[in-house]
Amino acid sequence: MITFVQISQLLQSAIVFGTVIMFGALGEILTQKSGNLNLGVPGIMYLGGIAGLAAAYAYEMNTANPIGFVSLIISFVAAFAASALGGLIYSFLTITLRANQNVTGLTLTIFGAGLANLFGGMLNAMAGGVGQISIRTTSSAYRLSISNVVSLGPFASIFLSYGFMAYLAIVIAVGLFFFLGKSRTGLNLRAVGENPGTADAAGINVTRYKYVATCVGAGISGLGGLYYTMDYIKGTWTTDSTIEALGWLAVALVIFATWRPLNAIWGAYLFGVLYWLYLYIPGLTRSSQEIFKMLPYVVTIVVLLRVSMRKKREDQPPASLGLSYFREER
Amino acid sequence: MEQTPAVELRHVTKRFGKVVANDHVNLTIRRGEILSLLGENGSGKTTLMNMLAGIYFPDEGEILINGTPVTIASPKDAFDNGIGMIHQHFKLVDVFTAAENVTLGTDDAKLDLRQVADHINEICQKYGFVIDPMKKVYDMSVSEKQTVEIIKVLYRGADILILDEPTAVLTPQETDRLFDVMRNMKADGKAMIIITHKLHEVMDVSDRVAVLRKGEYIGDVATKDTNPQKLTDMMVGRAVKLNINRPEPVNTTPRLEVRNLTVYDALGVKRLDNVNFTALGGEILGIAGIAGSGQKELLEAVAGLQPMAEGASITYRSIGSEDKGIQLVGMTPMQIKRAGVSLAFVPEDRLGMGLVGTMGMTDNMLLRSYRKGVSPFADRKAPKKLAEDVLKELEVVTPSVSFPVRRLSGGNVQKVLVGREIAQEPSVLMTAYAVRGLDINTSYTIYNLLTEQKMKNVAVIYVGEDLDVLLELADRILVLCGGQVSGIVDARTTTKEEVGLLMTKFQKGGDKTI
Repeated sequence: MITFVQISQLLQSAIVFGTVIMFGALGEILTQKSGNLNLGVPGIMYLGGIAGLAAAYAYEMNTANPIGFVSLIISFVAAFAASALGGLIYSFLTITLRANQNVTGLTLTIFGAGLANLFGGMLNAMAGGVGQISIRTTSSAYRLSISNVVSLGPFASIFLSYGFMAYLAIVIAVGLFFFLGKSRTGLNLRAVGENPGTADAAGINVTRYKYVATCVGAGISGLGGLYYTMDYIKGTWTTDSTIEALGWLAVALVIFATWRPLNAIWGAYLFGVLYWLYLYIPGLTRSSQEIFKMLPYVVTIVVLLRVSMRKKREDQPPASLGLSYFREER
Repeated sequence: MEQTPAVELRHVTKRFGKVVANDHVNLTIRRGEILSLLGENGSGKTTLMNMLAGIYFPDEGEILINGTPVTIASPKDAFDNGIGMIHQHFKLVDVFTAAENVTLGTDDAKLDLRQVADHINEICQKYGFVIDPMKKVYDMSVSEKQTVEIIKVLYRGADILILDEPTAVLTPQETDRLFDVMRNMKADGKAMIIITHKLHEVMDVSDRVAVLRKGEYIGDVATKDTNPQKLTDMMVGRAVKLNINRPEPVNTTPRLEVRNLTVYDALGVKRLDNVNFTALGGEILGIAGIAGSGQKELLEAVAGLQPMAEGASITYRSIGSEDKGIQLVGMTPMQIKRAGVSLAFVPEDRLGMGLVGTMGMTDNMLLRSYRKGVSPFADRKAPKKLAEDVLKELEVVTPSVSFPVRRLSGGNVQKVLVGREIAQEPSVLMTAYAVRGLDINTSYTIYNLLTEQKMKNVAVIYVGEDLDVLLELADRILVLCGGQVSGIVDARTTTKEEVGLLMTKFQKGGDKTI
């Protein structure tokens, strides 16, 4: 019998897990709405994670009495900027040079993972000791939550025991919903992703929209990596490929959410629940655990099947997703 | 008193490479008037209008709007001058509503779809449209989509409207409704240009007709002072001597007998209506007709690419075994090939259906022969030899036989395609618009190649758009009109006028097709 405490624990770990992939997915939704299929999400999350960690480490090492809030701002900006730079590389290659989007995205994933692990390994080596860096001040600033300050009941702590980034993800999702659905700029952006020729003829600067959406989208995706290093693994670095696995889950979440930011919120938490469910199922072996970790991908396939069978146009990806736009080829 | 024309074009010229699309065209459009721009395919109607819409920029000449010279360098400049063009291919976002499409790219400060919808309803009421502003485009019929396009330009405040073949996709009832709207807009003082090649529509809706022929401005007449016969004469013009070598056919024998061929398209519209003809070996059968009269469907049906209605029969007899007829109906292209039918097809869409653009000549030759032999590896020597032969004999200009054909000029692409098809030693050779976009010299090379095939007792079917060429190249001309055969005439004795009239023969009545 599963107890309330166990359910509470499951939900809390699901929300933390879900926040990582929600950032990744929200950024990718913004990118894909401009018609760019950026499969570099895992690489970009790596870039965001390592840039935030390195910036915080540099600050903490070079300051006698590091202030958590200052370190938080520095690492946040560094993570966003490094990820947006990844998006800029992708944009330049696919929009300006018209390179194939799939190839470019996959390359970016490989590049981001390699670069981040190189620097992460160096940071760990520099830290000496047990070979594991730790940026306590910054990480605790990220992890500061209401439950640290006020004592909450078990029910309230399901909702209020997280660092600010868990709430930021929801704010971004809601903001994105209003931006895409209600604003003129959002309408223009969707037109670019659906039919760039029409957008162009209507006087919309297709190239600029694609660049900005892809770079900002990458920046948001990168925050997932930042949240992972600062909160999820508490300001450390491990050279395993967890971020990459989470990055692909973020891509799966985009499809699961049918390109709707609000769906990404509950979808992310659902993925989290499914991912951690094995801890609460008794009698699992190491190998049968993995079957449960596969569930998020299974539900994505189920959603894809359902969406394809219903053939509802609103559930489809942007019509020109993955295609380069040349004005001359009318 | 003469009012200032809404638009005046003076000596407007546009060239694409060596081809002159518009040659010193003068044209005026007045307010409260519907002008028909009439001309055959390739006469430069759309090019001329695209210069008003900001898609192309004229090489020479000037454009005056309300008497003031203007520069129209982009679609935005056109909007700013009050010009709105409704293109043949709609520029709409499918998952957007009508209102969202209409407001897209406008300068309105905030996005208030209610207000946009109200404005759309006002426009609808004023001119007699019916549209639900909140309906998604993918749920709309073609006619509704066109309505959205027209509202789009009116919403932006256009008072000079250009409609590029607006009726091509409409049913007769929808066409009538469109014309009513156009008359309402005319009464409102808007200037309108309608591009069409349907003469009865010209007579029906327009006040004045301007005729273009091969990029040249022929003249304009008031609609009430003219009739379809006179307009046809203006459109096709006097016959021009081309001096294409045309030997008399020898030993003509039936190669391809087409009986009761009827084809419906995916939307259930009849594209070919009970077509009957026989193509003879040793002659060139020209096929004339206004674009979209069923030429494409006819060739594709023979090639096994079109589903046909019950009762059709296409009998093929190859060179040397004329007594053995093979029934092609019901066979796929692969089965047709396996049955030993030697059919060559030079399609209209050269780089789409004919060749693979990113591959070189050798690999494109290989496409025809990759199934030959028993080895698991394709034989590359023979295709390479063939590619080199074609390159030499037809004087293809290319850096090498492995250079991507997509990057060759139109004429060279066509030489590669025709060269490959002729190398199959076909019994029937079908070509669609074989010289479209080619310069004079290359065109004559192609004519001579076709004539050479004819003298080898091949049945050559030549779908063309230039009547002068058809009259001098073909032995007989089959004229298609609205999917029906409106006549088969002897090319040596017929006149341009006769063919032109046959091309528009059935248009009064059953005008369901393009």
